[in-house]
Amino acid sequence: MKPRKQNSSAAVPVMDAETIRRALRRIAHEIIERNPQLEQVALAGIPARGVEIAQRVAGFIREVANVEVETGIIDVAMHRDDVGTRPELPVVRASNLPLPLEDRTVIIIDDVLYTGRTVRAAMDAINSFGRPARIQLAVLIDRGHRELPIRPDYVGKNLPTATREQIQVRLQQTDNEADAVWLERES
Amino acid sequence: MTTRWTRKDLLGLRELSADEINLVLETADAFKEVGTRQIKKVPALRGKTLVNFFVEPSTRTRTSFELAALRLSADVINISATTSSLTKGETLKDTARNLEALLADILVLRHSSAGAPQFLASRLKASVINAGDGAHEHPTQALLDLYTIRERRGKIAGLHVAIIGDILFSRVARSNIFGLLKLGARVTLVGPSTLVPRQFEKLGVEVSHKIDDVLPKADVVNLLRIQHERQRREYFPGLGEYIRLFGLTKERAKLLKPDCLIMHPGPINRGVEIDSDVADGLQSVILDQVTNGLAVRMAVLYLCGGISSQ
Repeated sequence: MKPRKQNSSAAVPVMDAETIRRALRRIAHEIIERNPQLEQVALAGIPARGVEIAQRVAGFIREVANVEVETGIIDVAMHRDDVGTRPELPVVRASNLPLPLEDRTVIIIDDVLYTGRTVRAAMDAINSFGRPARIQLAVLIDRGHRELPIRPDYVGKNLPTATREQIQVRLQQTDNEADAVWLERES
Repeated sequence: MTTRWTRKDLLGLRELSADEINLVLETADAFKEVGTRQIKKVPALRGKTLVNFFVEPSTRTRTSFELAALRLSADVINISATTSSLTKGETLKDTARNLEALLADILVLRHSSAGAPQFLASRLKASVINAGDGAHEHPTQALLDLYTIRERRGKIAGLHVAIIGDILFSRVARSNIFGLLKLGARVTLVGPSTLVPRQFEKLGVEVSHKIDDVLPKADVVNLLRIQHERQRREYFPGLGEYIRLFGLTKERAKLLKPDCLIMHPGPINRGVEIDSDVADGLQSVILDQVTNGLAVRMAVLYLCGGISSQ
């Protein structure tokens, strides 16, 4: 992949379609290993890319273990702690989780883990649907800089970053671009 | 969804674009889902204060706004006042001062004078939501009507909606006309010529004084309440004659298409604008309207309340 220019910042590729595929496949393997009762697992994607990643991970679990894990959508917008402090009001979407949650392991799935605030909001949102047996967290990229005591259970790639850098995940289904992860620096 | 919400107030549907109306409806989809949860409360407006200021009596709209605000975790204060003790201009200014003193973030106002919400919106930092002003607009009622039509029929554009009854005095009709036309529906107003004058045609709607001609063609009929309390003899010969000429009786309902929706903003005068059996029948979506009103009001409070604090 060639570096690309976006506005005034330089973007360098850190993952391509194949490395993304391998990372998600490895996450699927780890989920299978850590959850002997695989049929109790539900993957809850955070819109929009988390939902797509959850679909792909579910596909790899089907390939490897021949088990159909349930997938759902967990929207965090109405559970954020910063409504009214950001320049743009987050768009709210309907959540949709397999119910009841009581005996399930819900795995939250997102593209990038950064401050941890989105994950906190997702846990809050999940609890309004019921009380899962446990909640785990899977992310494609962990870029560091946590502001809350939150730690992922499954990581596609650890990518130490500076706060002024940005991670851009692009997926065919959500962005109509080839699968890739870009690191953007202000130039 | 590319439209962004930039309004601190919701005063009417006349000034909204089709995209803005659709944004409210899509946001309401998300909030409707909250009603299906074990815990039907989200923290989106936690720490904000909403004042329900109802100068005209209302139970259902006030309760709906109150529950919507509680489900968004806002604190709610209800203030009511009798119209008789108020005179318009001065009192509204005083109202504004008092509300600022309460540090309210959102003011939901019902007032007998058209334009009262506009008056306060331009003077307050708080969001102002019009819950009905005179015979002017009642935007959240029209939005929940639009939401219910869209939910049941999958679309609004191209549908033929008949609004029947007392149009002249109806803010519900006016807001519905603006909303329906913006979203591409065809609208026919039906009622006696005293209550549905031809001047309404200037808005881009059709006017008919013969209900039996309109019913077979309608995809939605929205029956407005006959407001006994406002009627004067010159508009209205009598209830018996109204029922005979314009009531949706059991017999008349047979003229409707099988998939035509029957709507009513409530409270129903059973046996006047609509027969009891028809109101409770399979085509009636009157209770869906109430449920959807909650989701739509949550959406409006979220959009306007989220903006105001910036």
